[in-house]
Amino acid sequence: MIRRKKRGGRDAGTPLGLFRLMKVRLKVWRQEGPNKPGRFETYETPELNPNMSFLEMLDAVNEELIRQGKEPIAFAHDCREGICGTCGITINGQPHGPGKGSATCQIYMRKFRDGETITLEPFRAKAFPVIKDLIVDRSALDRIILRGGFISVRAGSAPDANTIPIPKRTADLAMEAAQCIGCGACAAACPNASAMLFVGAKASHLGLLPQGQPERFSRAAAMAEQMEEEGFGACRAYGACEEACPKEIKLEVISRLNRDFTLALLKGEL
Amino acid sequence: MKLDSKVPPGPLEQKWERRIRDGRLISPANKRRYEIIVAGAGLAGASAAAALSEQGYQVKAFCYHDSPRRAHSIAAQGGINAAKNYQGDGDSVWRLFYDTVKGGDFRSREANVYRLAEVSMKIIDHCVALGVPFAREYGGLLANRSFGGALVSRTFYTRGQTGQQLLLAAYSSLMKEVARGNVKLLPNHEVLDLVVIDGRARGVVARNLITGEIRRDAADAVILATGGYSNVYYLSTSGRASNATAIWRAYRRGAGFANPSFVQIHPTCIPPLGDYQSKLTLMSESLRNDGRIWVPKKPGDKRPPNEIPEEERDYYLERIYPAYGNLTPRDLASRAAKRVCDDGRGVGPNGLGVYLDFSDAIRRLGVQTIKDRYGNLFDMYREITGENAYETPMRIYPAVHYTIGGLWVDYDLMSTIPGLFVLGEANFSDHGANRLGASALMQGLADGYFILPSTIAGYLADIPHDSRPPTDAPEFAEAEEQVRNRLRKLLSIQGRRTVRDFHARLGKILWEHCGMSRNRSGLEKALQAVAALREEFWQDARVPGDEESLNQSLEDAARVADFLELGELIARDALTREESCGCHFREEYQAEGEGLRNDEKFAHVAVWEFQEDGKTPARHEEPLRYEFVKMAARNYK
Repeated sequence: MIRRKKRGGRDAGTPLGLFRLMKVRLKVWRQEGPNKPGRFETYETPELNPNMSFLEMLDAVNEELIRQGKEPIAFAHDCREGICGTCGITINGQPHGPGKGSATCQIYMRKFRDGETITLEPFRAKAFPVIKDLIVDRSALDRIILRGGFISVRAGSAPDANTIPIPKRTADLAMEAAQCIGCGACAAACPNASAMLFVGAKASHLGLLPQGQPERFSRAAAMAEQMEEEGFGACRAYGACEEACPKEIKLEVISRLNRDFTLALLKGEL
Repeated sequence: MKLDSKVPPGPLEQKWERRIRDGRLISPANKRRYEIIVAGAGLAGASAAAALSEQGYQVKAFCYHDSPRRAHSIAAQGGINAAKNYQGDGDSVWRLFYDTVKGGDFRSREANVYRLAEVSMKIIDHCVALGVPFAREYGGLLANRSFGGALVSRTFYTRGQTGQQLLLAAYSSLMKEVARGNVKLLPNHEVLDLVVIDGRARGVVARNLITGEIRRDAADAVILATGGYSNVYYLSTSGRASNATAIWRAYRRGAGFANPSFVQIHPTCIPPLGDYQSKLTLMSESLRNDGRIWVPKKPGDKRPPNEIPEEERDYYLERIYPAYGNLTPRDLASRAAKRVCDDGRGVGPNGLGVYLDFSDAIRRLGVQTIKDRYGNLFDMYREITGENAYETPMRIYPAVHYTIGGLWVDYDLMSTIPGLFVLGEANFSDHGANRLGASALMQGLADGYFILPSTIAGYLADIPHDSRPPTDAPEFAEAEEQVRNRLRKLLSIQGRRTVRDFHARLGKILWEHCGMSRNRSGLEKALQAVAALREEFWQDARVPGDEESLNQSLEDAARVADFLELGELIARDALTREESCGCHFREEYQAEGEGLRNDEKFAHVAVWEFQEDGKTPARHEEPLRYEFVKMAARNYK
């Protein structure tokens, strides 16, 4: 029942406490500032417990760098449980790295082989300029929300919460879309750097609910328009966004967005 | 230090109404002329900024994240309480109030808690209107579940991601106001000091975390909604950036700090796995609706859980607290877990763990139902531990989760510095000595959406709207100079040890001596150890880089430097409270394994006043008078 792994454990079935230490080599994108040239640098990690998270591995590397008097690798992170959307590293070419439905902070070293070389880059998209090393500026996503990613209701003015029954299925679908953590992996994964999954998720979440109906069409149209202005590309339905999404948000949200966008045109709400 | 709670007179049910009725109003034309700074954009900060702006005030909202949507409220899992009684199971405002006061072990202010219970219903109404996709029943109405310390189902939830959905809703209402041009949003800005002029809070000094630029902002009132300080323990369930700096700097400027040692240790977290660990992950309390907690009866029983027969298991919460069983409040559940582990009955590699077992629930309800209720939590558990909790019980252990203490506020949520208001986890208010599950979200949103926007006018109406000081006032210059000096000093130490090394050592000291169980000699040791560590930090820490660009090491260093001061205050507070109450368990004060309160001497809020560096802070007391409920020993048996 319990197998001892020969190398740094690869599968999720290895029980804790049974492991061999591992080491990996990191090829990391280093860039001092927004308009500075960047380059890859290579680092050997110290010995690692395969149960470490990927970010804990980076912590260990940074501790070593600081002790050596070198500049640590800048990377964004906060909750370290896959919900705040702060972290985001392209690991071996995949935004958030290997593993479906995980943010970078939810990747564990047991997913990698002992001795493996791992490439770390920032999320790449025209609308996400690099701030430093692996940190990018994702304020474009906030500016999309500013164009209507909300329901205009004042605190204290709402009717009783049970006034409008909402079919469970509708609430569940809205919840699926509402799970978006705003990390930007969708745009980083897309060959066109399109943020349609992000925009679609918000338009779906609010557009499915009865409370979101009054602003449904103008919201969809304005957010899509802002997406374009920010320099995100158009959607060609490659599906790379769905693959990369740490919350496994479905392409359906883009279909709903497209439908609402078209209806907005017909209704003259654009 | 004057501690006037300003609780309105009259019957409990009429106090809040009365405060609103008697409150001052400001005309819409004049509201525009007041500018309010809100620091922090979690549930309390974002909702306050949105609601103040909706009322017509000009708002500046600061947050250190790159977007307000990332505040750590987002990680709250289980739910939010409200006295809606949609289940018809006997809930009421009174019952939510009473459960909260009792859960808090009679160390909270009656009037505040009653108001919280009243306001709870409006929160749910508002959140539904904002588009929060709460769980629903097949008939389309809202669903509920139970949480610890309650015998009714009053918790509203969105799967295991309630904090996320409530925060995104608060964020959306904030963004609506930003779009309207009424809120100026300053992401990537950390508030590093409070500016006090003629005894009033008049502004802040903040650092742009991307460019290093230091800025001064003046205001008519300053709101701190900067969250809790669990990270003083190094390992906690908080986000890595969560810190005490804003409230600590306000404390140093004269704001009273209440009950700093009231720290909630949550019973159900994934046990620590190794020294490399950077944080602890919570497993929502909602799991205790269906999971049963147990350990082997025999100490040192190393058999895998599935091989331990039923009669050799000790379902200790069900045994000790038959009425509440696995839904016993957090402080008691955590201590019970510690006790069985201390007895040598803990499970897992290092014996620091207890089982949370779903096999009975799976037999009763089927795997699919359990998946629907907790799927994301089981997934998270599997990712972290590599174990499948549908087949083998989860292993859990208590971890620092929430800080009940915080800056002292009166009924209007104003601190001891006029013009400085404190909301959410950053204040000390409503949870007494132990917070019930699903009450933090309730308090954050109550403070931000409904309470502060009603009480702040009472303060503002007294100060002229054109009295904002210029930012070149000497007090601003002095605060900025202090901030700059401190950053430069941190960079100049150039010692041998990393900041993280100091932080981890501080955490160990506090966890050992000021954690789930405390005693005089341990606390005295902690006081000395923290002071010595702080000394060493300023001699031997190494902070790389400069202050004029993005420097995460410097951000960390400044936060840890403040934790090294706060840690001492926590130990001092725990030392001087010579009783056990709620989360504060002093080994000297117990009977039959349960803490013993001393209502005669300690039915008060302990409020600390900063003196100067090197001097012991002054301890003040706000007496707690229970007019409407009788203080009693908590009984969950």
